[in-house]
Amino acid sequence: MSRMTYAEASAAALAEEMRRDPTVWCLGEDLGRGGVFGQYRGLVDEFGPDRIADTPISEATIMGAAVGAALVGTRPVVEMRFSDFALCAVDELVNQAAKARFMFGGQARVPLVVREPIGMWRSSAAQHSQSLEAWYVHVPGLIVVAPSTPDDNKGLLKSAIRADDPVVYMEHKDLWGATGEVSDDADYLLPLGKARLARPGTDVTVVSWSRIVAEAEAAAGEAAAKGISAEVIDLRTLWPWDRETVLASVAKTGRLLIAHEAVQVGGFGAEIAASVAEALGPDLKAPIRRLGAPRAPISYAKPLEDALRVTPAAILGAIEQLAG
Amino acid sequence: MNARQHNLDAERLLQHYRTMWRIRAFEEAAERAQREGHVGGAVHQSIGQEAVAVGVCANLRPTDQITTNHRGHGHSIAKGTDAAAMMLELCGKAGGTCGGKGGSMHIADFSVGMLGANGVVGAGIPIAVGAAHGAKLKGEDRVVACFFGDGAVNRGPFLEGLNWAKIFALPVLLVCEDNGYASTTRGRAVTAGAGAAARARSFDIAAHPVDGNDVVAVDGLVRDCIERIRAGAGPILVHARTYRLKGHTTADAGAYRPKEEVEAAWQADPIVRAGEQLLGLGVAEAELERARRAAETEMETAMRAAVAAPYPALAEAFTDIQDIGAPA
Repeated sequence: MSRMTYAEASAAALAEEMRRDPTVWCLGEDLGRGGVFGQYRGLVDEFGPDRIADTPISEATIMGAAVGAALVGTRPVVEMRFSDFALCAVDELVNQAAKARFMFGGQARVPLVVREPIGMWRSSAAQHSQSLEAWYVHVPGLIVVAPSTPDDNKGLLKSAIRADDPVVYMEHKDLWGATGEVSDDADYLLPLGKARLARPGTDVTVVSWSRIVAEAEAAAGEAAAKGISAEVIDLRTLWPWDRETVLASVAKTGRLLIAHEAVQVGGFGAEIAASVAEALGPDLKAPIRRLGAPRAPISYAKPLEDALRVTPAAILGAIEQLAG
Repeated sequence: MNARQHNLDAERLLQHYRTMWRIRAFEEAAERAQREGHVGGAVHQSIGQEAVAVGVCANLRPTDQITTNHRGHGHSIAKGTDAAAMMLELCGKAGGTCGGKGGSMHIADFSVGMLGANGVVGAGIPIAVGAAHGAKLKGEDRVVACFFGDGAVNRGPFLEGLNWAKIFALPVLLVCEDNGYASTTRGRAVTAGAGAAARARSFDIAAHPVDGNDVVAVDGLVRDCIERIRAGAGPILVHARTYRLKGHTTADAGAYRPKEEVEAAWQADPIVRAGEQLLGLGVAEAELERARRAAETEMETAMRAAVAAPYPALAEAFTDIQDIGAPA
């Protein structure tokens, strides 16, 4: 194990996969100088500018060219800088990458990873802060990943690169500097679609992902001090999501809270809540709770931005209400 | 264009003539099948544009690749896709190029380098550029030809894709088939400036106009372009002026076009012109007639077989979606 940041863990994953497989390459803006968040730092020195390719600010063609390059047998890692900017490339992702395998009757595969950093970060306002993971979960053909720790960022990114289908890989901008122990194993592959038990508990199940996992863990710590045992599940992959782990936990606790940073309306929490209600409805000890952002654009002014956040206090309040 | 000027021998031109008839016969058979209720969705015919498909693809190797658009039957056939499998696909039947899951606008045959038609205007341009980028990264010697219409030049991916192809010096032949209409609107009415070639030149991409109804001219120009691309010239654009003799789809009678314009266009039918060129080279009229009849018989047979063929198994609705997370 080595101590490193969430950003460094992703660079380590890329370096290992690029050493292992010469068809893996990265394309996007400013990658040669390390990427906008430093998550590609040092890679161009080892792999050169053909495989760490600086592209024009042409999101549609960054994604579209990656689709073409994937169709002919390379494994592109596409950098979109901010998930908000990936909206300039939605045709290429949703109509092309996600559909090619099916639409062409299985003749073709599109093994690309598109990195779309999400989330509120340093007062970045309405066009640089969104968490749009639920949009992609809705699209057949896509895998959707949202890592919450440095170690997960390494193991999940490596698995995403080795996956033969398009993966929307959503790192959280506020986590780039988060540090943790990270596996040194060059074949450290965390399975896509498997959740992580972030904290065991018996009274309430809290399902979360990305940055809100840490908030949920903090809230669970405070709940424990009040005599409530909350189990925190980090979903890690949103599609396919680890239904079995969530259902097993809720079958045990009888109480479920889903907490995410994205807008609550139509958020992925709704899918989890509905699935659990369908499977376990009569056995639940309390109605399922969700916590997400109000359906408002994200403000620039710090206090207004904060007004949209799902906080540990809000999570604790929901846990207490569920357990009460 | 005089066939002798291009040293185009009669046998090569006769081959072009046969392929052009196969394309036309395919699309006429597809229209009949649709009228009889066997083909769903939208069918975009390329009748009148066959010389572009044939003149370009005749210069591509089996290992070269193409992408095309919604009006792509001709390009697919010219690149070597099995027409019987294409007809099965149009009828949504098992054994179609895509197992009946794509239909007319999503025909693909990777085994012959046909990387897919596309339902989104201009979307094939970045994909073609990316396929060429992938080939370059892998050190593979191949050219990618990309077919798109005059409507596509007003989409961002055209401009982005041309810029990309140039800065990465990719082996791409960009083929703008200018058939005069962007869907049902006259292309010139919605396009500023002089169009595809002028835009390409603004990126320092060589661009060549050609009479797209003259298969001899297209063949000759593209042969030269492909040689230059293989030698490392980077992308080249061909602006082929042609005419869509039918409507935007089989459901569009094209009544917005002046009658005289359409009548004049039929007089410039590229297949008729190729026939005249062949007669001038001493090929017998009976030979031309044989080519037409063979094409019509082939496509009528393919159409009847497709109509009679079974649909895909229902389970196919849930295959080839994704390895993990597909419906159980």
